[in-house]
Amino acid sequence: MDFEYTQAEETFRHEVRTFLDENLPPKDQRGADFMAQWLKKVRAKRWVGFAWPQEVGGGGGDIMQQVILKEEMAKRQAPPLGTCMMGLAWVGPGIIQYGTDEQKTRFIPDILNSKYHWCTGYSEPNVGSDLAALQCKAILDGDHYVINGTKIWTSLAPFAQWISMLVRTDNFGSTATKHDGITALLVDLSSPGIEIKPIENMAGGKVFAQIFFDNVRVPVNNRLGKEGQGWAVTIASLANERSSIGEVTAMYAKLDSLKMLIKDSQRQGKPAMEDQKIRRRLAVFEAKIEAMRLNGLRYLTRQIKGEPLSSETSVNKLHRADLEVEMSDFAIDVLGQSGLQLGNQLETIDRGKWARESLGWPNVVIGGGTPNIQKNIIAERILGLPKD
Amino acid sequence: MNFGFTEEQELLRDQVRKFLDAQSPVSRVREIMHTDEGFDRQIWQQIAALGWLGLVVDPEYDGVGLGFVDLIVILEEMGKSLFPSPFIAHSLAASTLNELASDDQKKRHLNDLASGRKIGTIALLDIHDLPNAESITLSGVIHEDGVVLNGKKLFVMDADNADLFIVAFKDQHETYLALIHRDQTGVSTQGSATMDLTKRTGSLELDNVSVATQDLLLTDDENINRLLDKAAVAVTAEMIGAAEAVIYMTTHYAKDRIQFDNPIGKYQGVKHRLAEMYVDVESFRSLLYYAAWCVDESPHELPRSASLAKAYASDAFSQIGTDGVQLHGAIGFTQEYDMQLYLKRSKWARPIFGDADYHYERISQLQVTD
Ligand SMILES: Cc1cc2nc3c(=O)[nH]c(=O)nc-3n(C[C@H](O)[C@H](O)[C@H](O)COP(=O)(O)OP(=O)(O)OC[C@H]3O[C@@H](n4cnc5c(N)ncnc54)[C@H](O)[C@@H]3O)c2cc1C
Repeated sequence: MDFEYTQAEETFRHEVRTFLDENLPPKDQRGADFMAQWLKKVRAKRWVGFAWPQEVGGGGGDIMQQVILKEEMAKRQAPPLGTCMMGLAWVGPGIIQYGTDEQKTRFIPDILNSKYHWCTGYSEPNVGSDLAALQCKAILDGDHYVINGTKIWTSLAPFAQWISMLVRTDNFGSTATKHDGITALLVDLSSPGIEIKPIENMAGGKVFAQIFFDNVRVPVNNRLGKEGQGWAVTIASLANERSSIGEVTAMYAKLDSLKMLIKDSQRQGKPAMEDQKIRRRLAVFEAKIEAMRLNGLRYLTRQIKGEPLSSETSVNKLHRADLEVEMSDFAIDVLGQSGLQLGNQLETIDRGKWARESLGWPNVVIGGGTPNIQKNIIAERILGLPKD
Repeated sequence: MNFGFTEEQELLRDQVRKFLDAQSPVSRVREIMHTDEGFDRQIWQQIAALGWLGLVVDPEYDGVGLGFVDLIVILEEMGKSLFPSPFIAHSLAASTLNELASDDQKKRHLNDLASGRKIGTIALLDIHDLPNAESITLSGVIHEDGVVLNGKKLFVMDADNADLFIVAFKDQHETYLALIHRDQTGVSTQGSATMDLTKRTGSLELDNVSVATQDLLLTDDENINRLLDKAAVAVTAEMIGAAEAVIYMTTHYAKDRIQFDNPIGKYQGVKHRLAEMYVDVESFRSLLYYAAWCVDESPHELPRSASLAKAYASDAFSQIGTDGVQLHGAIGFTQEYDMQLYLKRSKWARPIFGDADYHYERISQLQVTD
């Protein structure tokens, strides 16, 4: 065991820090044109698509450099490296791995340059956790697929220009072979026959939507991978999720702001920190976050050594899901009634923030695969228990 | 950056595994734990020959000169097999002398421990709820030629089997460790059974015991707390192995046992609980490995990292022990079935060197003073 970084890694960390010192003002001093400038600069540094091969315009960074970059950025609460979130997270890696040369030149630069938003269409009204049962269908007609059906909970659909989606091209109605017959398509959302209806979530945001497809014609050129290969394409791009290092740094930052909050709060007429239950809950959060950090490093070590991971990332996902709910509920508990206020009437900066966050957990807890599904994954793939 | 074990450490793990499977399978553990001494001196001598008893002792005192991370590799496997022996107590005693004793003291005591001629243990605590230096009450007045000690140490691991006791006491200002031999006049021990027969503890009674200056070691609270942290780390390492064994046994049982026409492992009440156990063991495993690394490589981080590991493990493993039995149904409740032995270990491990409440509170105190 050693937790040292190599000279080259230290040099890279220094480079990142220097860049952030020079180009990232504190949050409250970021002006109106800050974001545009930031995006240009990080693009010029080739940090956008940092792990992507240089041939497609990425940074060609290795796994440790990625960790360092994420860690340093999270420490400074840096904004994301691009605004095309879905493109950078899932769609781009899918195209790089399965796309044709034509698709790569057509889509990758725009993703890297934050030209427009992508969204990902997996879920349907009757298809959630059991994704392979999807029914939205596409029939080949000459050199076009014709899509009929619907997708739902599609994040960013109200603002996106393109969708990377899964459709059924074969094995209709068969549950035994449901994983086959799925195809991935890249679809222009301005195509005729598409209707997008935003859905308001409980926190008041209108970020996801239901999309209806009525005889939408998509050129065969826009198929990602072979026909029927959609399941493999999806698994591969989901597996792109690397370490949870940046995430952990953000969780530590959240823990710090909770501690600040507690310092200034009263509980039963006494400083909240004097309440042993409060102290214990904070310490339990710390143990879980530290466990996430160290689990991440242990799995990272295995990746560096070239040992394939099974589904170990589900371990941290489950911690993250718990923490997401528990930490914001904790803040509300400590704040008592004032924690429920959405506005800033009570003149404490934090107030309002915690109320909003306490309604935001489904993003993480449901959006990334529910805890029950994560437990199934661990039980079945790691422990080898029978499927249910 | 490498948060994994070296090839040598993996080889050591293999060696330990093979040795324990051959010499001390659970069937043998059951025999040993019912003997008076509670451990097998023949196996102990074999372990000595393998070098494990002096693992963390410098080579010049007959040791192997390895570190705490190597030690926990052995402990994890011992925990898996519920191996009954004074290994933890002995290793902590040896490690303490190796770190703190004078050359003369090492020559007189450490060689004996490293080679297995004598068994060592630590006798620090007087009030079991507070495993820290600040709550040591045994006191003695230092004279020109040593000290005379009167009092009782509680919860001394392997008290009845140890030859050498490292005893903490305070005089007016300072904290000391006294190296006391079982043969000295006025020394007696009183072993007591706990629910886990593979773990022996007892009390050490000191009735006008004179300790010569050459067997005194002036130290400080920080060193005592470091020793207690190392103890917590050692115990937690065994908890990993034992908890892993529970998951292994229960998973196998869940695949085989049929109810309502299906293996019970198909039901989420069973499989999800097993997945949660896995998450917890993975997590306190990571916390513990890091704490073990801190012992030698980053001592200032040890208090926090040891407390995080022991706190998490204490709560998690105790629930794992209980649920391991519960998920087996009635067979888990029988003497004959091994699961009960692991349940008892989980109960034993929970309060030893600080339970979850103690360590979580300590973590929050560390935060305040940060
Ligand atoms: C904020 C947010 C953003 C999202 N963004 C997108 C997106 O961009 N694109 C997209 O395609 N989808 C998106 N989703 C959808 C998300 O992927 C699904 O919500 C998720 O997969 C769960 O599916 P479901 O909602 O249909 O719930 P269901 O699958 O119907 O599950 C309902 C409940 O049943 C449980 N359950 C289901 N199956 C099992 C089982 N086998 N064993 C035990 N329990 C089970 C679940 O755990 C859950 O508690 C988003 C969701 C959220 C909340």
